[in-house]
Amino acid sequence: MSTVKQEYDVKKHFLELFRENRSVIDSGSAPLMNKQREGAIEEFERLGIPSQKSEKYRYADINGVFNPNLSKSFGVQKVSFNIHDIFECDIPDLDTNLILLVNGRYFNKEEPLRELQGGIITGSLARASKDMPQIVEKYYNSAASTEDDSLVALNTAFAQDGVFIYLPKDAVLEKPLQIVNIMIHETDLMAQHRNLFIAEENSSAKVVVCDHTLSPNKFLTNGVTEIYAASNSNFDLSKIQNEHNGSAQLSHTFLEQESESTVFTNTVSLHGGFVRNNMFVRLNGEGSENHTLGLYLADKTQYIDNYVKIDHASPGCSSRQLFKGVMDDQASGSFNGTIVARKDAQKTNAYQANNNILLTDDARINSRPQLEIYADDVKCSHGSTTGQLDENAMFYMRSRGIPEREARLLLMYAFAYEVVNQIHVKPLRLRIDDLVNKRLRGELSRCNNCAMNCE
Amino acid sequence: MQMLKIKDLRVTIEDQEILKGFNLEVNAGEVHAIMGPNGSGKSTLAAVLAGRDLTVTGGKVLYNGEDLLEKSPEQRAKEGIFLGFQYPIEIPGVSMVNFLKTAVNELRESRGEKPLSASDFLKLMREKKELVEIDSTLTNRSVNEGFSGGEKKKNEIFQMAMLEPKLAILDETDSGLDIDALRIVANGVNKLKSKERASIVITHYQRLLDYIVPDFVHVLYDGRIVKSGDKDLALLLEEKGYEWIKEEAGA
Repeated sequence: MSTVKQEYDVKKHFLELFRENRSVIDSGSAPLMNKQREGAIEEFERLGIPSQKSEKYRYADINGVFNPNLSKSFGVQKVSFNIHDIFECDIPDLDTNLILLVNGRYFNKEEPLRELQGGIITGSLARASKDMPQIVEKYYNSAASTEDDSLVALNTAFAQDGVFIYLPKDAVLEKPLQIVNIMIHETDLMAQHRNLFIAEENSSAKVVVCDHTLSPNKFLTNGVTEIYAASNSNFDLSKIQNEHNGSAQLSHTFLEQESESTVFTNTVSLHGGFVRNNMFVRLNGEGSENHTLGLYLADKTQYIDNYVKIDHASPGCSSRQLFKGVMDDQASGSFNGTIVARKDAQKTNAYQANNNILLTDDARINSRPQLEIYADDVKCSHGSTTGQLDENAMFYMRSRGIPEREARLLLMYAFAYEVVNQIHVKPLRLRIDDLVNKRLRGELSRCNNCAMNCE
Repeated sequence: MQMLKIKDLRVTIEDQEILKGFNLEVNAGEVHAIMGPNGSGKSTLAAVLAGRDLTVTGGKVLYNGEDLLEKSPEQRAKEGIFLGFQYPIEIPGVSMVNFLKTAVNELRESRGEKPLSASDFLKLMREKKELVEIDSTLTNRSVNEGFSGGEKKKNEIFQMAMLEPKLAILDETDSGLDIDALRIVANGVNKLKSKERASIVITHYQRLLDYIVPDFVHVLYDGRIVKSGDKDLALLLEEKGYEWIKEEAGA
């Protein structure tokens, strides 16, 4: 006897979904964004969902996250609750300008763009596309490339909104901006948001992104963020991934840096069932400096995958990647980091390190550092280590009376601290420090107000 | 009162027997020096007493009348055993303060005492730092990270002073120390000396014993104690070297 199983064709599903909902998608967005959809969906049709045959997704079975039961919503979002009743960031002393995204959409769609000190603009991207079209048009979807990931095209085809940040020339934002991505729904849901951050010459800002889930449904997020850092700008992005383990997150960040700009990104992945972080950096201007850091602490059956590509397209730029992970239980993951030094990128200074600790025999990590060097005067180094905790250090601590469990925790905590210590928003750093500590102890480590709804 | 009794101890590392029937008895209040040429088994002895995971193929070790070998390293520490490491371990990211506070409070808890308050702990640190003349900034750093050889050794004595062990085992704490550091290390050991405590000082050279005067000197050779005596034995070894011991043992 044979059974015929109807295969769920993910690509076909999205193509149909797009055609059926095109007008609803457009009406919930802005012409400027709508203009890009046709090309994007064609690109997606051509490329399809990335397969494990592709080098870029070698270790990630991405098909599994496209659950046929995920609903997608494009119409007016009905939010039947007051968001402030259920969500309030409880980090003490974290004084930020707060922006909420709910299910990938700007929470208060009708809200006009906000103007902060120094002419800094924040608000909904769809709104900005209407109110500041000349600026959005110049940058929207030009850093994002589908070359490395067709899911970016999928996002461009469907994304209706997200966060817009504009730092005019010389603007300095004192208070960090905090974007809270909340997923909350009565059914399983897929969301695709689109962010655009522009830092003009000499401007400076710190942005914090927190991902939360507030209902136990299965969620999938396919989000794209484009960042432009003009000459001499200074941009700092911290991202905290803390969704429940029934959720999947595909996050694509594209960063373009001009001369003498400095950008720090720090991604801390604490929870989330399936996490894929793509980070594409192009150093376009001489003397630009990039720091891409990440910390992932995974247990149970979590899968965490960081894919980084730093493209040195100009001379005299420096980049540093530091990714550290602690994998427990059957958790698995991957780190794939590439440094490209193009032919003209002389005096490139690039460094990459990926260090992993595996706590069990079943935990797995695939680490692939790659260098593509076409210039002849460069300084590039990379290193990858995967191992267990240092037995000598364990014995040293135990010989002083520190119990084995506590000694392990101290070592893991110390291992993680190198990354945590480089979060530049102090109250956030203290909170992450605490969350990491609790996470390593196996205690619930979500922000308090989120915990009750998780798992 | 007898504190430690090691009887016919045999330890094997990678199929090679290192301790070949080692015997030693240490009473409270005593200082024992164990000397011997390289490769005689001195560090193996220290490691097995502190709880390193080594293969014991025979013999027993009683500490205060109880089987020591079945206890975990942390349990031994709680019962008062301290090992001063020959090569102290660097632990990047673990601060000295956090490390010592955890250790001190674990020991206190095992004695049924309340953890020290932050201010009492810092006070204790200050007091002991003076004792070992350790650079104040070192305790703000990660455990042993970037410490010079001498600083690492002083740090061992500092930790010992903080933890106030009953039985201190110092594994070549004098190696690589200049004369000033040597004096400080010895001073730390001597300050701890009391009727209730004992020390085993493992050393290659006699010069440490100018500062820490031992009650007994034992010569370890090829996994066994081949000669015991008082402090004059150390002077004899200094003068004549180890060759005559080897010849005697071989004969």
